[in-house]
Amino acid sequence: MEQRQAEPAPDAVVIDRLACLRGGRLVFERLDWRIARGTLGLLTGPNGAGKSTLLRIIAGLLRPAAGSIMVEGRVALADERRALDPLPTLRQGLRFWAAMDAQPATATDRVLESLGLAPLADVPVRMLSTGQTKRAVVARALQSGADIMLLDEPMNGLDKASAALMAAALAAQVRAGTTLVLASHIPIGIDPTTTLDMAI
Amino acid sequence: MSALRLIARDLRLAWTGGGLWLPILFFLAVAILYPFAVGPDAKLLRATGGAMLWIAALLAALLPIERLIRPDWESGFLDQLAVRGWADEAVAALKIAAHWLSFGPPLLLATLVGAALFDLDGDMAGTLLGGLAIATPALAALSVTIAALTARAGGGAAGLMLLPLAIPVLIFGAGSLGPNSVGAMPLLAAVSLGLTVLAPFAAGAAMRALRD
Repeated sequence: MEQRQAEPAPDAVVIDRLACLRGGRLVFERLDWRIARGTLGLLTGPNGAGKSTLLRIIAGLLRPAAGSIMVEGRVALADERRALDPLPTLRQGLRFWAAMDAQPATATDRVLESLGLAPLADVPVRMLSTGQTKRAVVARALQSGADIMLLDEPMNGLDKASAALMAAALAAQVRAGTTLVLASHIPIGIDPTTTLDMAI
Repeated sequence: MSALRLIARDLRLAWTGGGLWLPILFFLAVAILYPFAVGPDAKLLRATGGAMLWIAALLAALLPIERLIRPDWESGFLDQLAVRGWADEAVAALKIAAHWLSFGPPLLLATLVGAALFDLDGDMAGTLLGGLAIATPALAALSVTIAALTARAGGGAAGLMLLPLAIPVLIFGAGSLGPNSVGAMPLLAAVSLGLTVLAPFAAGAAMRALRD
């Protein structure tokens, strides 16, 4: 234990010879990856390579078929589904989850601001466009105060200005000590500490 | 606190989605239509009305089954709870509580109207109300369990799955209204308790299976 504290940047996620089967199909096998705490890990690869599946395994939602995984800290996941009720406003939807994460309402206001969502705060969730919904989903992860944030294609559907805001917000999150694990098949505008290419 | 927040959210969704009025209107519609089907024989209505209200209550619990689990699974809401360390069984138990709160008390109020429509006497109306108060948690528990089991396949099979499971509730519930009904109410309470206690585990397992 003492030895661990002495290490400068202990690992937040350690993946060792991981394999995953989905519906009888081998999605990936013998996967090794280490992501140090407070750094940015980037998952790249074509569609169907298993990027989202790996994020779900790290989040604890799926079990690997073989290998081991160690995740150190509280996890937040922003995947392709919004998990926000359609009728309440964006602010209400995000505040619900902030409260579930024992975060103050100001955490929501801060993240709405940093992702350029403040003007949409009082718009019902169902009225949001694809890019706005994507930012809202990432906002939920960013406001959660989790140690490790798993973001699936955070740049999808974003226009140039929103992508720049997203990149700045993510970089700030890493600077603040959060471990980010991103899956993206397009450039994210920030340099990752470690990259795992999941080519099929 | 978070548990109360989840129940409040489910209740809000139920009420904005017609969850408050739909079961009551359905229940009352059965009570109003039944005399048209069997004729205006007051004696017959009094003798069979209570049992008819039991069937109506059972079906009313089923009405919102499509929105109990499936939307939360499809939207990723259940995954978000799982990532936060919520046990599926705990989420299922809270969903059962919320479902019961959304249809149970309104249904009991509507039962008073139904009992008046069938001209049930005070004793029988009291027994009916007591029985439904005991059984509605079990009906809510069964509905949530079946909603979880059928979330992937769609709700078509839900009714078929509920009815056999609800038979003990119906037998002891409607049986408690009959002349030789000693023991029916304690048995109803036992069945209801058993179903309500076991359902979160069954529903939780079904919700876990949805993640694969």
